[in-house]
Amino acid sequence: MWAYITYFVNATVLAAALRMATPLIFTSMGGIFSERSGVINIGLEGMMLTGAFMGMLVTYYSGTPWVGLLGALASGAVMGLIHAVASVRYKVDQVVSGTAINIFAVGFTVFMLRTVFDVAGTSPAVPRIQSITLPLISRIPVVGEIIGNQNPMVYMALALVVLVHVFLFRTVWGLRLRAVGEHPKAADTVGINVFQTRYIAVIASGALAGLGGAYLSIAHLSRFGDGMTAGRGFISLAAMIFGKWTPFGALGASILFGFADAVQMRLQEVGIPRHFVQMGPYILTMIALAGFIGRATPPKAIGKPYEKE
Amino acid sequence: MELQQSSYSSRDLLVPVVSVILALLAGSVFILIVGENPVAAYRVLFVESFGSVRNIATTLQRATPLMFTGMAVAFAFRCGMFNIGAEGQLYVGAIVAAIVGVSFANLPRLIHLPLAVLAGMAAGGVWALVPGILKAKLGVHEVINTIMMNFVAYYLTDYLVTGPFHGGRWAPETDRVFPTAALARIFPPTRLNSGILLALVAIGVVYVILWKTRTGYEIRAVGLNPTAAEYGGISVSRNMILAMGISGALASLAGVEQVLGVHGRFIQRFSPELGFVGIAVALLGKNHPVGVFFAAILFGALRTGGAAMDRLTDVPRELVVIIQAMIIMLVAADELTRGLLRRRRTV
Repeated sequence: MWAYITYFVNATVLAAALRMATPLIFTSMGGIFSERSGVINIGLEGMMLTGAFMGMLVTYYSGTPWVGLLGALASGAVMGLIHAVASVRYKVDQVVSGTAINIFAVGFTVFMLRTVFDVAGTSPAVPRIQSITLPLISRIPVVGEIIGNQNPMVYMALALVVLVHVFLFRTVWGLRLRAVGEHPKAADTVGINVFQTRYIAVIASGALAGLGGAYLSIAHLSRFGDGMTAGRGFISLAAMIFGKWTPFGALGASILFGFADAVQMRLQEVGIPRHFVQMGPYILTMIALAGFIGRATPPKAIGKPYEKE
Repeated sequence: MELQQSSYSSRDLLVPVVSVILALLAGSVFILIVGENPVAAYRVLFVESFGSVRNIATTLQRATPLMFTGMAVAFAFRCGMFNIGAEGQLYVGAIVAAIVGVSFANLPRLIHLPLAVLAGMAAGGVWALVPGILKAKLGVHEVINTIMMNFVAYYLTDYLVTGPFHGGRWAPETDRVFPTAALARIFPPTRLNSGILLALVAIGVVYVILWKTRTGYEIRAVGLNPTAAEYGGISVSRNMILAMGISGALASLAGVEQVLGVHGRFIQRFSPELGFVGIAVALLGKNHPVGVFFAAILFGALRTGGAAMDRLTDVPRELVVIIQAMIIMLVAADELTRGLLRRRRTV
């Protein structure tokens, strides 16, 4: 029995779970920024895909994946800006704007891939951010095997969670951001600029989703492929909801979903179709939203454009 | 966003038309990036989508599923709900139609075809009832649930088509449906099939339901103002659930048409995002059945012409995807679009 369990839960699988969770962590942190400020962001998928492509493209031309990462960050921010202009300034329905961004990203990335490289499907290989071995920690049994030898972006993602938590709950800017998402009118009354706050939050959201996408193309792999995010933006959205719009909650959900991703092949081997494992995150999120496992309640002002009187 | 236009006026046409023109203009920037001449490229796009009877037939064939998904999204909009799950609903409808289509040999056509169509519709309708009920009874936002259910539908159909219903060929697809369950091709060699007649009937039925029946009145009342509707004795939750069910059934017809009329079988992940393009169709068509009809033809033409442009010029077909996205944004940002017009006039 024990051997059976350790076949599914062991250091190798957990290390893989962390790798699979990393793009979800970046992107769900992005989701938290946007939604905590009151702006639904279902465009995360498209922002991620754009980041994956631009990360590859900038790496291709600069030869340095770290520069590519900046490119991904910037391109994600631009997509965030578009979402912000549409939904904050022009009061476009936030879900519609997000949908448009997702469709745009699919068209734009394939269009550019074919135009720049004259290839369909997969970009040429580019240098990637290499994994590193942490001194000392890597020698700790089990723990070292899980976190001792990972990609720098994995560590960045974990650090980001702490930073976002501190920002949201321990700084005045975080308080303002949350106020804008819960009760914009009250926030406005005490002199917080609702529009500016939402702009910054949504741009940050896109930038982080861009990093999440870049992890796929220039850290985990070393090339871009059509549609390579494959729904991870939506899983990140699910992780954010499942984690009740908190950084540590989203981290936990991301790792859980990453674990499902990492273990699916092994489950397939024992006769559990992997498709049912892949459905897991989505079904869990629906159950959480319905209130069956501790109700997940979104920020109050979410989805509503703010009208200044 | 204006969800509730009841009929078309020339003012309502302004934003959609201007949005399409602006999106095409913006698309020409991408054509220039490729190094082609926008006028020449758009000429190819137009000629190849409308230039001959055969091209028009192809355009109509590509428009058919979009009429269904566009109406699905529009119908839910009318009740104040955003059905972003048309994609999943059409997959569920498609797989069920395919299963019925490959299952019963020797059934008369008069029974087999309607059975396959109705089973697909029912499956998609039930699929959409879930987010409808969760919204009506527990107040959970239907957007997230319909997104989540899209993925459940992808993986469920992935499983069915690679597992229990995997056909005889290596590819991840079912066997071909029996001819008794196939929608007849009506303009060979194009793949235009009698599904378009079904779409026209559906457009008529949706119009009648929404504007000529009590149910439709209630659905629209809930969409306009749920609180007022409730005070007026209309059950908000009942109408929301009903509207989502009908919306899902409409969406699933797109999948049914693709399986029984176009591919002849269920193919894993066959849909080129028909459900999402349906959102664009509904927005551009102002959530009106007639508007949806013309918007679907426009998007069908873009897809037909885009494929030809890909073949005949250096412009990748993904240009039309970019244009679609821009149309969605511009139609939805009607304040922006109107503003641009006003500025142009004052200059």
